[in-house]
Amino acid sequence: MTAASQPLVQLQRPTHATDQSRRMSTRTISCTIDGTPISVREGTTIFDACRQMGTEIPTLCFLDTLHPVNVCRVCVVELEGARVLVPSCSRAVEEGMVVHTNSPRVQHSRKLVLEMLASSVDLSTTPNVAEWIAEYDAKPERFGPPAPPAPAGTRDASIAGHHAPPNPDFAATVAEPTKIDNDLYVRDYAKCILCYKCVEACGPDHQNTFAIAVAGRGFDAHISTEFAVPLPESACVYCGNCIAVCPTGALMAKTEFDKRAAGNWDESRMTATDTICPYCGVGCTLRLHVDEGEIVKATSPLENAITQGNLCIKGRFGWRFVQNTAAPAGSDVGNGRH
Amino acid sequence: MDLHLRHAAPTDDERAAVDALLGPPRSAWDGGERGDIRDAHTAAGGREAREQRHLLLPALRALQARVGWLSETGLDYVCARLNVPPADAWGVATFYALLSTSPRAPRVLHVCDDIACRCKGAAELIETLERTVGPAHSHAPHGDQVAIDPEGAVWMRSPCLGLCDHAPAAFVQEAGVEPREFLVGDAAAVILGEGEGSRSLRRSFDSLRSLRMTSNGAQLGMTSNGAQLGVTVDIPQRGDPALILLKRVGVVDPTAISAYRTTGGFDALRKAIEIGADAVIREVTDSKLLGRGGAAFPTGRKWDAVAKQPARTKYLICNADESEPGTFKDRVLLDGDPFAIVEAMTIAGFATGCERGFLYIRGEYPLGAERMQHAIDESREHGFLGADILGRGVRFDIEIRRGAGAYICGEETAIFNSIEGYRGEPRNKPPFPAQAGLFGLPTVVNNVETLANIPFIVLEGGAAFARIGTEQSAGPRLFCLSGHVTRPGVYEVPFGKTLRELIELAGGVANGRTLQTVLLGGAAGVFVGPDELDMPLTFEGVRAAKATLGSGVILLFDDTVNMSQILLRIASFFRDESCGQCVPCRVGTVRQEEALYRIASGKPLGGVAQEIALLDEVGLAMKDASICGLGQTAYSAIESAIHRVRVLGMT
Repeated sequence: MTAASQPLVQLQRPTHATDQSRRMSTRTISCTIDGTPISVREGTTIFDACRQMGTEIPTLCFLDTLHPVNVCRVCVVELEGARVLVPSCSRAVEEGMVVHTNSPRVQHSRKLVLEMLASSVDLSTTPNVAEWIAEYDAKPERFGPPAPPAPAGTRDASIAGHHAPPNPDFAATVAEPTKIDNDLYVRDYAKCILCYKCVEACGPDHQNTFAIAVAGRGFDAHISTEFAVPLPESACVYCGNCIAVCPTGALMAKTEFDKRAAGNWDESRMTATDTICPYCGVGCTLRLHVDEGEIVKATSPLENAITQGNLCIKGRFGWRFVQNTAAPAGSDVGNGRH
Repeated sequence: MDLHLRHAAPTDDERAAVDALLGPPRSAWDGGERGDIRDAHTAAGGREAREQRHLLLPALRALQARVGWLSETGLDYVCARLNVPPADAWGVATFYALLSTSPRAPRVLHVCDDIACRCKGAAELIETLERTVGPAHSHAPHGDQVAIDPEGAVWMRSPCLGLCDHAPAAFVQEAGVEPREFLVGDAAAVILGEGEGSRSLRRSFDSLRSLRMTSNGAQLGMTSNGAQLGVTVDIPQRGDPALILLKRVGVVDPTAISAYRTTGGFDALRKAIEIGADAVIREVTDSKLLGRGGAAFPTGRKWDAVAKQPARTKYLICNADESEPGTFKDRVLLDGDPFAIVEAMTIAGFATGCERGFLYIRGEYPLGAERMQHAIDESREHGFLGADILGRGVRFDIEIRRGAGAYICGEETAIFNSIEGYRGEPRNKPPFPAQAGLFGLPTVVNNVETLANIPFIVLEGGAAFARIGTEQSAGPRLFCLSGHVTRPGVYEVPFGKTLRELIELAGGVANGRTLQTVLLGGAAGVFVGPDELDMPLTFEGVRAAKATLGSGVILLFDDTVNMSQILLRIASFFRDESCGQCVPCRVGTVRQEEALYRIASGKPLGGVAQEIALLDEVGLAMKDASICGLGQTAYSAIESAIHRVRVLGMT
């Protein structure tokens, strides 16, 4: 009997979170959060219940448009009667639950998680994290000075279950040179917190392309194409939906990356204008980020019902013709004067 | 999903290895020859193709066994056959320590570098290998044209191999048309021989090839072609009439179903079918049997929960991924009494309404896998497995899945992902396995030793079982004694013995030396001091003493051991074996190892006391905020060594 002769019922990729959290019923569940009784619809997560009461729980790996993977552990809360803390982003509220979102245990874990991340990852372009580090009094430097970047390819070549001894003078980091292998976007994995969002967006949740996956194990785990081949050799279709969900700026459009490198990226002077993508009939909402009359980035709002923040390569990157000032020979089209 | 494949032809070896497992491809769509015009008018894919995903790890293992590493063409072919995106397959391949994703010589010697073997000269063996053979094998960067010597051999370090009673241990993988894998006991003597340092690794392999590895008069790991089936496994209590779990080990031929049947084999299965599934669950509940894998969950309650699930398809998994450092009890059962595991799984499947069982056995137990496969095949042939068991219309069958070097896959939800063909990352609970486990369906997961109790419970009744041991800890229990103990091995005792009695049963501390500390329950367990030997080894006894039985590890360290090196090794183990999914464990295990390394190398940041405070804080966050038991217990043993046994002299 070969295994192949007995096909198994294969569900969609098993998500780490309870799918029940997404199935909404009309039943109402009562619980207590931080001393306040609240009733929510069955299936609501603790995270959403808190949001309904106006309590914002910090999180890095959760996004409304993706299945919760509950890996960053920033959103953990204390549940009375539970042995360990629980991830609020994926745990559904149960009848009679008593939740504490800011108990000393919660604060300790959040602080340590922030310290662990900030000491091993470059969080310089991660929104909100600086405020959280201050709020929880996190001191990432107490693990020692951060180790310098590893030579290119070192982390790609790690072997599961094997690692070099620590260096007593440094705290290990995931720093490595930025991967620039195409004209559209860069991958700066020194900024990667391994939130799985890009993998989910590229794979089962949005794009179904599966060009990238988590490879390696433990601290050496990293996002990779097969055999770490450059993106142009991979299955990547450059939809950029991974960029849209990346919470740390590890994935960044090349235009933004170059402007940042030149010290010329200032979001305070930019405007955002919503329009409709000019290409196909779907009519995706396109948000154009404009800096001094020049489009520097195109996104789509996460809350847009059609796109859920997603675009294709044309919508995300195909807008440079708008500001193409070099007119074709014998024409006055293209310089805005027609 | 469009697969982006290279369509580069696999080598003949690669194709043969994969086709041997999956059968030949049916069309160009699943890896067959391209160019047939008929393929242009059909399409394959969709659900049928996706259902093959669970064969990914077996296929990768097949490539590894034949070629010695996973090349781009080999991986591409597996992806084409199973309709798996290459990046996804890469993520799975790089998750397992026994799979090589860069060119590697066909013969690999994995030398155990873990705590039990360190008590028996593992560090010296590794130092000798480094000096005489050269550094351990490491990954060749992508794109490097590394010429592989077809006769070449390399060595690597390994975490605990589950052969602690014959330490120091090693594990050999030899790729080829007839691949071989075997464990090596007393590896220092075997590998280095008399002329230490004078041999190359290659010559060691040549001698290994012809060697009949013996230890304490018993042969250990053997070839995988079945020629040496019939070898007995040794245990110190061999033949003791009081034994229940180990009664056949070393006494009854583990390869002969007739020998099994004449010693009461399959009587329990017959009785179980007679009394019915509900009655079996009642007996197991009455027996007060608690899980022996480490979590001590009531087995009856687990079975009952799954039996009550309305789903039509349910699964049973026997967790034989024993990888906790210092644990080797399941290996002894798998090698020594495989039919009993088949019988116990069948009873469990019958009682809970599962028609399909998986035995997930760690990749480092080739003999166990071979013996179990043999036992399964024989049992099926004799009507104890299959579509009509004992002619009573009961349907149950067992499939073996072999791991590939990942401690985390023994976690009860990581094992699902590993079998399904994904990275062995634990899932969040809830939902619990009884509700949504393997393939999203209700699943029973039981440890090997837990199941080994079942035939006795069915035959003698739950009440009789509950009378063995103590009020709260029923039945017999296996303990793995290793390290500095006179007669290391697996010992079976009724619950209630003290730690001192167990150590005395194994002949006391080796060479009459002074005991420094004992590790209870494995790397995820607790160190206790020599003043705590009167602790009863029962669930309630260790709970009262704030210790744990874990997987039954009793690892002795005498006064010659540098404990800060042992703690460092434990930290290193967790750093290696963390799956990397959640932040507290992924980074916490690194910070923990760094702090212990700074202490051990005399460079503590702000003094040892400050480092210990840091370890405590990191440990608490790992315990509170990690997804699974690995992260939650990664500081447990180290914490106890520092605060309970005070091996670092502080606090």
